[in-house]
Amino acid sequence: MKRWTRRQIGSLAAGAGLAVAAPRIARARSRARVVVLGGGVGGIVTARALATFGAASGAKLDVTLVEPKRRYTTCFFSNLYLAGLRSIETISFGYKNLSARDGINISPDAALSVDADGRKVGLRNGAVLSYDRLVVAPGIAFRPGAIEGYDEAAEQIMPHAWNAGLQTLLLRRQLESMPDGGLFAIAVPPNPYRCPPAPYERASLVAYYFKQFKPRAKILILDGKDSYFEQDLFEDAWRRHYPGMIEWLPAQFTGGVKAVDVKGKALITPGQSYKADVVNVIPPQMAGLLAQRAGLAQEQGWCPVDPATFESSIHPGIHVLGDAADAGAMPKSAFAANTQAKACAAAIVAVLTGVKAPVPHLSGNCYTMLAAADAVASTSVFKATEAGIALSDIAVSKLGESAETRRGTMQAANTWYAAFTGKLFG
Amino acid sequence: MSDRMITPNFTPLPRVQIPASARHDEQFAVKILITHPMETGLRKDSFGEVIPRRIINTFICRYGGEVVFSVDMHEAVSANPFIEFFLRATDSGTLEFEWHEDGGAIMRLQHQLTVT
Repeated sequence: MKRWTRRQIGSLAAGAGLAVAAPRIARARSRARVVVLGGGVGGIVTARALATFGAASGAKLDVTLVEPKRRYTTCFFSNLYLAGLRSIETISFGYKNLSARDGINISPDAALSVDADGRKVGLRNGAVLSYDRLVVAPGIAFRPGAIEGYDEAAEQIMPHAWNAGLQTLLLRRQLESMPDGGLFAIAVPPNPYRCPPAPYERASLVAYYFKQFKPRAKILILDGKDSYFEQDLFEDAWRRHYPGMIEWLPAQFTGGVKAVDVKGKALITPGQSYKADVVNVIPPQMAGLLAQRAGLAQEQGWCPVDPATFESSIHPGIHVLGDAADAGAMPKSAFAANTQAKACAAAIVAVLTGVKAPVPHLSGNCYTMLAAADAVASTSVFKATEAGIALSDIAVSKLGESAETRRGTMQAANTWYAAFTGKLFG
Repeated sequence: MSDRMITPNFTPLPRVQIPASARHDEQFAVKILITHPMETGLRKDSFGEVIPRRIINTFICRYGGEVVFSVDMHEAVSANPFIEFFLRATDSGTLEFEWHEDGGAIMRLQHQLTVT
């Protein structure tokens, strides 16, 4: 992945100095206000990149990150917690260094409304934040009514664990109290959803836990799709590590999960009801509620954006990135959100300093764990085209790699996690 | 030193989905699925040795003891073969499903159909 160098940022600043037309912020006030809604990976990287690029380009930016949670538990690597391979503390982080090191204002509150015309955000505590540019990175929400009977009360019985934190803890507790010989069922949604390989990684890592402590347990995956990313790698790993433990049923066989019976602990498909001891419902998804409320999403539930700047195609002046955005071929993943955030921050600084936005470098980097010492990786590069974001190149781990190679990929994954979260929260 | 990835003997998992009952003369869908890698015999492992062929080569469905549907499968059929076909309900009786694997193993499932 190409990174911003000091020289590139310097040239962007020099361009700003040469601009003939006075940039808007020079006319309006000395400091441009950028408000970032959502303290996930997309929001954090945008805020920090705005602070860095802003300082380097000479643009004086006042960056505020609005996030009600005090701590962030990463969804990525949370399946390792389910496997018993990581504690929840090692995947949870606080925000204090964002203000201490980068001077970002942290507003520990929830944003409730966006006034796109008046350029204002309303917070739950009644405060109103005015902005010159707004970044909306609310992550995902679950589509109401997509699975009949699956409401907030049901989430406490059949956790989704698709936002990391309490839900992840709940699912782990349920798996721990499940008897040996029990059945763990996972309902997987149709595309698109957050982190495409994660449901299957979850099955793999829960199987890793079962193999040690409940060797007679079974896992049943009821999919909303007929195939999935890295399927051959997963199925090969399941045969090698957990023979006979994991069964995957495609949508063409079951018709997909349409309803849940919370009391009976069952997943209901058009043809059959599947009862299990522990049920994990990963519901169909859409852009986070704030994006819906702000009118940034289309009928399909996601937010259309410019593929280079991530500016909303519905409301100019507002940028949407991460899982909430319709980013074409890019998967909804933390790494993708991170490269989108850098592109978006560079575009915002360019606009505020009156220069042309640089060509974005969009990429994906994904590690998937199959067992404690068996991981696979994929690296992809994307390009912004007129028709949206397209895949330009991809490399994926192969079938038949040696155990040594897979151990090495696992080590690379752990090193990557330390470096990535260090940059986010350090 | 590189070590080989060993694939133990797996157990294929067959599944059938059909309605429990159907009206006389009604056409009903039968969906069959078997979790199976359909190893082609054309791949090599990390030591360059050929992984032996192991596929489901035949599927047979009997209704009241009579073959009503069968399929021959070859290497090009994808993993986890899924087939959907339709039958006409004539009499209440047993539907038998058989998957024949290379090496002679046969996986069987049975379903009772009530015709009303």
